[in-house]
Amino acid sequence: MKRKLRNITDKASYLIAVVAILIIWQMLCTLKVVPSFMLPSPIRVGQAFVSEFFILMQHARVTLIEAMVGLAFGVVIGFVTAVLMDSYEIINRAVYPVLVITQTIPTVAIAPLLVLWLGYEMTPKIVLIVIATFFPITIGVLDGLKSTDQDAIQLMKSMGATKVQVFTQLKFKSSLGSFFSSLKISVAYSIVGAVISEWLGGFEGLGVYMTRVKKSFAYDKMFAVIILISVLSILLMGVVKLLRIKCMPWERK
Amino acid sequence: MAMLRTKEITKMFEGKEIIKDISVELKENELVCLLGVSGAGKTTLFNVISGLLPPDQGEILLDGKNITGESGHISYMLQKDLLFPFKTIEDNVSMPLILKGMKKKEAREYVAPYFETFGLEGTEKKYPAKLSGGMRQRAALLRTYMFSSQVALLDEPFSALDTITKRSMHQWYLGIMDQIKLSTLFITHDIDEAILLSDRIYLMTGKPGQITKEIQIEKPRPRSEEFLLTEEFLQYKREIIEALKLG
Repeated sequence: MKRKLRNITDKASYLIAVVAILIIWQMLCTLKVVPSFMLPSPIRVGQAFVSEFFILMQHARVTLIEAMVGLAFGVVIGFVTAVLMDSYEIINRAVYPVLVITQTIPTVAIAPLLVLWLGYEMTPKIVLIVIATFFPITIGVLDGLKSTDQDAIQLMKSMGATKVQVFTQLKFKSSLGSFFSSLKISVAYSIVGAVISEWLGGFEGLGVYMTRVKKSFAYDKMFAVIILISVLSILLMGVVKLLRIKCMPWERK
Repeated sequence: MAMLRTKEITKMFEGKEIIKDISVELKENELVCLLGVSGAGKTTLFNVISGLLPPDQGEILLDGKNITGESGHISYMLQKDLLFPFKTIEDNVSMPLILKGMKKKEAREYVAPYFETFGLEGTEKKYPAKLSGGMRQRAALLRTYMFSSQVALLDEPFSALDTITKRSMHQWYLGIMDQIKLSTLFITHDIDEAILLSDRIYLMTGKPGQITKEIQIEKPRPRSEEFLLTEEFLQYKREIIEALKLG
């Protein structure tokens, strides 16, 4: 009983924080501390969200598709790269610095180039998302593979296991934990990446919507879309969490 | 007849001899102990026997067949149980069979009857994290046994357990030894454990590690814990302590 109560208060604590922020925000607006054209009140943002709901959902659909396709490619590429880097030391040494360099280039800076090279359709957006998402996966999986218990590998070898068997029976599953940790990051990156790529060109998507409402100074709609983007990221992270529980039953308490 | 025999094994690391001229013999259904201080190269010897390290000199014969430098014939068990946390106990135990090409379902059926013998009934579908240290060691031993039912190498298998669990594991092990007919070579630095469990003890001392003495324990198995308190036991213990001092 006591435990249940604590559970509820644990969950309630962040709700209280969110509500408190909303109340302060609303007060700042009602008391005209900040002029309303600069900061719309939460109520107005809510109204904007409701009135624009269907348009927002249409754009969100496009953004989500881009993000998921990009993420899928990013995961596959990231995973394969990690496996290759783990299996061959020479690939590891050659590829690692290049990987780090790709991550030091700001996404916003290469996005216009990608649009220039690949047009206004899906392709440049997906490429950008792949660039943003594969890196955490590569590093996470590589780390997971490398940190496999060496004694366990030795044990399998003593039993005559092949390299492939060591991978499928031991290393792959040992790396799942860090894979899901990095997937959580990559999922958030995929949404942000999609939005950034849409800023620079395109016809549909939350990023496109964002540029439009910004140009018409509709800041209430701007806030509505920002909140929608972060809600989408949180939901997707929740999906990753569920997937993790499903794929790693041995972690359950 | 000797199940396992090593002939004058020498292993060097960076030009330095770690173990030198090690010749040991393990007969069928015999429990033989390698007793020595840390750093005498006991674990190196096990790595050579299991084929993970090639010896610089010498031969390893299993059932008369030369298996020097080949892995996949003899497996070992460490003080770390090395059960895979993401596999259930039955799948952990099945692993050696899967490696040999058996189907998962077949392997599970094959291992099922042994759970009772090893006192593991009811743990089949559990993950290792749910088991106590003693139970995990039993499962690790069953896995080793599934790999090879002839010869097992145990590297300080009980040393990570608390004293009471260790005691009960000794009794359990002595009991199971006669049921499963396993020839066991095991490493320990615990003199009591060595005398209580073994038929023969090899003392391994020095740098490089060499076999300096061989002691036959005449008391028939299974031995009870009371054996630890007898004059006979103390006699052996004195003999070993003396020998280790000289070494």
